[in-house]
Amino acid sequence: MTMFIKIILLTSLIIVCISMIGIIYRLIVGPTVHDRVVGLDALGITLMAIIALISMVLDTKYFLVVILLIGILAFIGTISFAKFLEKGVIIEHERSNSEHRD
Amino acid sequence: MNDLIQNIAISFIMVLILIGALLSLVSTIGLLRLPDVYTRTHAASKASTLGVMMMMFGAFLYFWIVKGHFNAELFLAVLFIFITAPVGAHLITRSAYYYGVEPSKSTSHDDLKETNVDQS
Repeated sequence: MTMFIKIILLTSLIIVCISMIGIIYRLIVGPTVHDRVVGLDALGITLMAIIALISMVLDTKYFLVVILLIGILAFIGTISFAKFLEKGVIIEHERSNSEHRD
Repeated sequence: MNDLIQNIAISFIMVLILIGALLSLVSTIGLLRLPDVYTRTHAASKASTLGVMMMMFGAFLYFWIVKGHFNAELFLAVLFIFITAPVGAHLITRSAYYYGVEPSKSTSHDDLKETNVDQS
């Protein structure tokens, strides 16, 4: 049974790594900037899965803290990139802008 | 008897993880082959989210049933992906539309353009 678990985990790890290589191809080639942002988002989500699989292969529970952290960081990076590409700024200073205009 | 139940549970977990990995591969094929930013975001957000959720729910059940260690952080991570990945895809597609990225040639109808024209 342990051998069965090892084989399935390593097979799915290889499949996820192949899908990660495809995402990196889209990240390099992608014609517009938004393609690259989509690729980065998918790369972060896939990295979470790889960490879960590796912590099962290595039989430790101490990597599981990293998964939630990477998810939060990937989400914040994605929304800040989207806001920067749409509006040109990420954090708006409305009060200081109105003072400078007066 | 208990051993049999645990074997069935382990087989179920392994099937869950393998299907999740295959869904992640399908999402990557969609990301490589589709013609457009919007369709690529469609593939990357839906299939990849479901695959990663299945893999991480499998990891959660593995650590719970096999190792006897209930990890709440993995379950929270599954819920977090389920909430935030569609929101991120929505924001990227919206910013791509207002940035002026053209949809592919086979797009026949642009509803959002007519709505914006009506409002202004």
